[in-house]
Amino acid sequence: MNQTVKPDDLQPVDDYGPLYAAQKKVYPQSVTGTFRRIKWGLMGVCLGVYYFLPFVRWNRGLGAPDQAVLIDFPNHRFYFFFIELWPQEVYYFTGLLIIAAIGLFLMNAIGGRIWCGYLCPQTVWTDLFYAVERLIEGDRRERMKKDAANDPMRLERISELVLKHSIWLMIAWWTGGAWVLYFSDAPTLVKELVTFQGPPLAYIWIAILTATTYTLAGFMREQVCVYMCPWPRIQAALTDEWALNVTYRYDRGESRMSVKKAAELRAAGQPAGDCIDCKQCVAVCPTGIDIRDGSQMDCIQCGLCIDACDTVMTKIGRPTRLIAYDNDINIHRRQEGKPPIYKLVRARTVAYAAIIAVVGGAMVYKLATRSLLEVNVLHDRNPIAIKLSDGSIRNAYTVRVLNKHGFDRVIAIDIEGPVNSTVHVVGADSVTPDRPMIVIGRDQTEELRLLVTAPEENNPAKSIPVKFHVTDIGLGVVASATDNFVSP
Amino acid sequence: MADHTEVDNVTGTATTGHAWDGIKELNTPLPRWWVITFYITIVWAIGYWIVYPAWPTISSNTAGLFGYSSRADVAVELANLEKIRGAKMVALATASLADIEKDPAMLALARAKGKTVFGDNCAACHGTGAAGAKGFPNLNDDDWLWGGSLEQIQQTLLYGVRSGHAKAREGQMLAFGKDGVLKPAEIVTVANYVRELAGLPTRPGYDAKAGAKVFAENCVACHGDNAKGNPDVGAPNLTDKIWLYGSEEATLIETITNGRAGVMPAWEGRLDPVTIKAMAVYVHSLGGGK
Repeated sequence: MNQTVKPDDLQPVDDYGPLYAAQKKVYPQSVTGTFRRIKWGLMGVCLGVYYFLPFVRWNRGLGAPDQAVLIDFPNHRFYFFFIELWPQEVYYFTGLLIIAAIGLFLMNAIGGRIWCGYLCPQTVWTDLFYAVERLIEGDRRERMKKDAANDPMRLERISELVLKHSIWLMIAWWTGGAWVLYFSDAPTLVKELVTFQGPPLAYIWIAILTATTYTLAGFMREQVCVYMCPWPRIQAALTDEWALNVTYRYDRGESRMSVKKAAELRAAGQPAGDCIDCKQCVAVCPTGIDIRDGSQMDCIQCGLCIDACDTVMTKIGRPTRLIAYDNDINIHRRQEGKPPIYKLVRARTVAYAAIIAVVGGAMVYKLATRSLLEVNVLHDRNPIAIKLSDGSIRNAYTVRVLNKHGFDRVIAIDIEGPVNSTVHVVGADSVTPDRPMIVIGRDQTEELRLLVTAPEENNPAKSIPVKFHVTDIGLGVVASATDNFVSP
Repeated sequence: MADHTEVDNVTGTATTGHAWDGIKELNTPLPRWWVITFYITIVWAIGYWIVYPAWPTISSNTAGLFGYSSRADVAVELANLEKIRGAKMVALATASLADIEKDPAMLALARAKGKTVFGDNCAACHGTGAAGAKGFPNLNDDDWLWGGSLEQIQQTLLYGVRSGHAKAREGQMLAFGKDGVLKPAEIVTVANYVRELAGLPTRPGYDAKAGAKVFAENCVACHGDNAKGNPDVGAPNLTDKIWLYGSEEATLIETITNGRAGVMPAWEGRLDPVTIKAMAVYVHSLGGGK
């Protein structure tokens, strides 16, 4: 499209559009086929996981929550099956977000916006809402007729609309209801919610998500994808010429003509296009576009037009996949009589996969080797060192011990560095005065004030590195931290 | 612009009729719901002006229908905090000092409260970290003029030292030189004797025997036979490494000549008893407590 147009070439027409356009209602027709089946399957899996995951139990021992997936804000814990994360480990979520972003890029490099077409919540719920609409009001033509008739006062029509919106609201309400179950013990919260004893915040969140689901899936639909979502813009900047987008193979389809005319031309040994202009691809499109106009921003790559076209092609006895996941390179190659090539493995996809593997591997490694006993040390700043009456030096430290196990642990504190040093924990009378032992409660952190004293004559240096070893007496696990022992 | 009715023949989109340097603006309409949403936000903003404080007046601002103020929010938050703290403070008030220090939760609370109150009331003399200064004791070390147990610290806090309170800790380093009790030469001698007691070098040619005699006649009453001090009268141990005013000969001569009488104010009546308790635990936990 690099031809220049002189202003004089602009042709006057009778009507030009208004500044603001009304939403054109889309009436997607029902369709069957491979991609529709994949979409039904993925919808079942996604919604099944979303609605029922909070009810899955996972035994973590007495006193710990037994919900498999739980975001426990009051106690600052995140539970995911065998994993329990503390607030200072949110970097795992950073890793997850990186993987999610790169995963999206990888999907884009392989199949364009297949995320949008199959997995995006907006698509999944809109698809579900369309299914309800179709079930109650009928297929595309019936719905169009009913809307065009515009006589909502008929009892039959009223009952249809009431039923549709009730079911929509119910789905939306369940969507919000399932959401709050991830933040509290699901069975308990369900009981509280139905007896109207739930926390107000839960009702507010359910209300918000009911409203957003009902509005976005029932009314906004493709408008969200076209106007609100940033991904189509980002995707357009990220994509390359090898990505397999839903493509109308115009090399085969053009020029469009009736079945009869095409048969006549073929009989005469002349070329004829396969597209019979039946507009089935347009009828089934959930964003209401014509894929034959080429790749466009509104297309969510769901492949339903492929199913529609395949059905027609089968009926008229022509090869299927007139519309298919393909790209312009192959169209041009076919026009030149060359075989198509599909490059799934290329620098871009390999790089994305490698990043996912590296980040995922690092996360798994970190998770597998993470310590359930940790110690952090902070040296007192003021005063930094104390001289005692016998001339010895004392430094005070704030020591934080983290016990991530589900049981109480007895830890011993040893220090290494200053010569002839002694350790004292403020407030703790240890049975072993030279080696303080402290009980750290299960799944808790304990902040201790530690006093390290050492004679000046043995430790003449201004600053001596000191290591703190925290040993789990039962398991023998050691966690260490380093700081300095300073002279006044 | 109503008289412009043309489409761009490349995109098939109508133009608005506006042209800049020969480039015509295409009319790509916004969705109507978007515009409606925009208008709703404007109406919403007007609602905001009415129900929330919004417009400045000469000396104040419009209050809004809800009577909202962020200060009132803070007051509610603070009241809630006091409610939460209330129960814990009762526990702090009833528990003994030793028990507070042994209970990690109470210790943490006492230390947190103590640290804040210390910063407000004590840091001026003792320093923010309680490291002290000349004439103001370091509270982190193990040398205590009036005793370093929890109870002794609490008593010092309550009644002070030479504070004028009826129960104040009393005791004085006399002005031996100024009052004519000792002659300047005797003061130099006894100052060197004190340095010898502490293991510090003495002035060449100083008479140790004379020093011992002056010390025995004047100082042992408070500082004790062995110069180890006496916490009942606040007499410091003269044999250790910690010196409130300094261990140099000149400083010692000054101390013996003019005496010392630093003051620690009484906090009873100024701070409530629970706060003073928390303070005692805090100071004790700094490390120097006995």
